Amino acid sequence: MALIAARDITKTYHLGDVEVNALRSVSANIERGEFLSIMGQSGSGKSTFMNILGCLDKPTAGSYMLDGMDIAKLDRDELADIRNRKIGFVFQGFNLLSRTSAIENVELPMLYNGMPAKERRLRAMEALKVVGLSGRENHYTNQLSGGQQQRVAIARAIVNQAPIIFADEPTGNLDTRTSAEVMELFVKLNAESNITIVLVTHEPDIAAYSKRVLRFLDGVIISDETKAL
Amino acid sequence: MINVPSTIKIALRALRVNKMRSMLTMLGIIIGVGAVITMLAVGTGAQRRISEQISSIGSNLIIILPGSTTAGGVRMGAGTQPTLSLGDAEAIQKECPAVMHVGPVLNGVGQVVYGSQNWSTAVVGTTPAMLNVRDWGLSGGRPFTSDEVRSGAKVCLVGQTVVDNLFGSVNPIGQSIRIKKVPFTIIGILEPKGQSPNGQDQDDTIYVPVTTAQRQLFGTTFPGMVRIIMIKAKDAGQLYAAEKQITELLRQRHRIGPRQDNDFTVRNLTQTLQAAEQSSKVMTLLLGAIASVSLLVGGIGIMNIMLVSVTERTREIGIRMAVGARTWDIRLQFLIEALIMSLIGGIFGIIIGISGSELLSMFAGWPTIVSTLSVVSAFSFSGIVGIFFGFYPAYKASLLDPIEALRYE
Ligand SMILES: Nc1ncnc2c1ncn2[C@@H]1O[C@H](COP(=O)(O)OP(=O)(O)OP(=O)(O)O)[C@@H](O)[C@H]1O
Ligand SMILES: [Mg+2]
Repeated sequence: MALIAARDITKTYHLGDVEVNALRSVSANIERGEFLSIMGQSGSGKSTFMNILGCLDKPTAGSYMLDGMDIAKLDRDELADIRNRKIGFVFQGFNLLSRTSAIENVELPMLYNGMPAKERRLRAMEALKVVGLSGRENHYTNQLSGGQQQRVAIARAIVNQAPIIFADEPTGNLDTRTSAEVMELFVKLNAESNITIVLVTHEPDIAAYSKRVLRFLDGVIISDETKAL
Repeated sequence: MINVPSTIKIALRALRVNKMRSMLTMLGIIIGVGAVITMLAVGTGAQRRISEQISSIGSNLIIILPGSTTAGGVRMGAGTQPTLSLGDAEAIQKECPAVMHVGPVLNGVGQVVYGSQNWSTAVVGTTPAMLNVRDWGLSGGRPFTSDEVRSGAKVCLVGQTVVDNLFGSVNPIGQSIRIKKVPFTIIGILEPKGQSPNGQDQDDTIYVPVTTAQRQLFGTTFPGMVRIIMIKAKDAGQLYAAEKQITELLRQRHRIGPRQDNDFTVRNLTQTLQAAEQSSKVMTLLLGAIASVSLLVGGIGIMNIMLVSVTERTREIGIRMAVGARTWDIRLQFLIEALIMSLIGGIFGIIIGISGSELLSMFAGWPTIVSTLSVVSAFSFSGIVGIFFGFYPAYKASLLDPIEALRYE
């Protein structure tokens, strides 16, 4: 069975009398170990889809099976546990705690799975090193540049060694070189640790790192291409 | 699997970030706890003082004053006109079975001179039975005898305060002093007794035979006059019987008709004091209850600030939820924040309460007693207030929708 099996996912927002159909009957299967990009115009529903896959949001209709579990049947705390253990999420807007040091942000997911403080710190240091932020551990996130903040967000997503990483435009604020480094990191995580990676991007260069590309338009998937090997 | 130490750290940091606000919020609890402790200390102090006075004045006491308390519906001051006599006292002793000891009193203020020293003190003319009435022993010498009373001997017993002021290191027994220029021989020293119910030094006194007081010191408007009569009933159960017997006897002796009011007043001293003790207990509770209201108000302050804080930190809550914080992780974070504020407030409140009580007894002269129980209960109450008023904000925070919380600006 597919790691991620989304069937007829619909998401409708009501803004007063206006209905916004952010997703209309989207279906997709993602297998364990895949490296997948999602592309599409702004407002086409990419983030909405990612939030649902990341168990942060619930679809208006449709079913979502993650690792064989029906997400609709889980309660808040079970979802929280899934987000904690199975999913690393890099948000489009970073979503870091301000007035909090980089390392504490990276430690955050481990705060909620009972890891001892020492190991937490060690792992967070390691993750920050991986994203090239060694030496900035104690900087407050609001004192970091946009690219640095993005890297802290990535460190937080990988620190728990979750089997799935969702990254919503993880290189949006990075220069070409750093982007390439981050992408190499994802490729490595995917290849060496068999971590499933789903990322949203507008840049074909970034999408080129993945083996499969989903294209969104107005809340539907218009193409699903897998690179021929 | 909630990580309590980390949660405490998070809460402490959140409080530190909003230092001023946290401190002002704590101030509510500080004042509340301080007020509860101070008020209970004042109440307990008053209660203790009254109990001490009850035991110092003697037990099962009845006091007879001249004059009537009510006359034709109008309240008159008791003790206005002298109507009691030594004869009354002797008759009570003889004819009232519920009465154990009778001590008549004719007193006044007198200048006492010993050598070059002089001292103004309360001179009490009475009988040897008075020592039994007051449960008062001697620390030296002997009491005067009935014979000395009958003959109007010029002997006296002196209180400790008088001894301290006139004699210094000299042994007063056998010494001669002059009371209102009349020479007396000291035959005994009264045991130190401390303060009376109305705050007088009971040791600042001299006992002389009542007859001597009548003839030599104060004079009388009619033969055998005394100012008051103090009585000790056989036991607490006989107090009422004694009162009744005395009233009947005195009405007879004073020839008071059935429609006429008494020309004397019988007062049950022990009962009066016990009533005072009871009412001071009620007062303590009342003071504590009123002060608790301010603690409650402090709790509402905590709730208010916590609600603001939850709203302000909606995004933070969303982020925590997104990375795996469960309902109780969030709830505990805010609960601990409220609890820390209320407990720190409680600790400072205890300090304020104890120093407030000290200041009150130092500058206002009120006896205050800070009991361990009041400190412990005020502190735990502040903790309960923190949990109680912190729960709703924490509950609200924990129910936020992760994705909506993340979008919150
Ligand atoms: N909370 C919301 N309330 C109402 N409408 C929303 C909400 N979130 C998203 N939408 C709408 O849903 C549609 C899809 O939004 P989404 O954020 O998924 O787009 P996107 O593909 O991620 O765009 P971008 O590339 O700009 O990030 C948009 O039309 C947006 O206006
Ligand atoms: Mg988006």
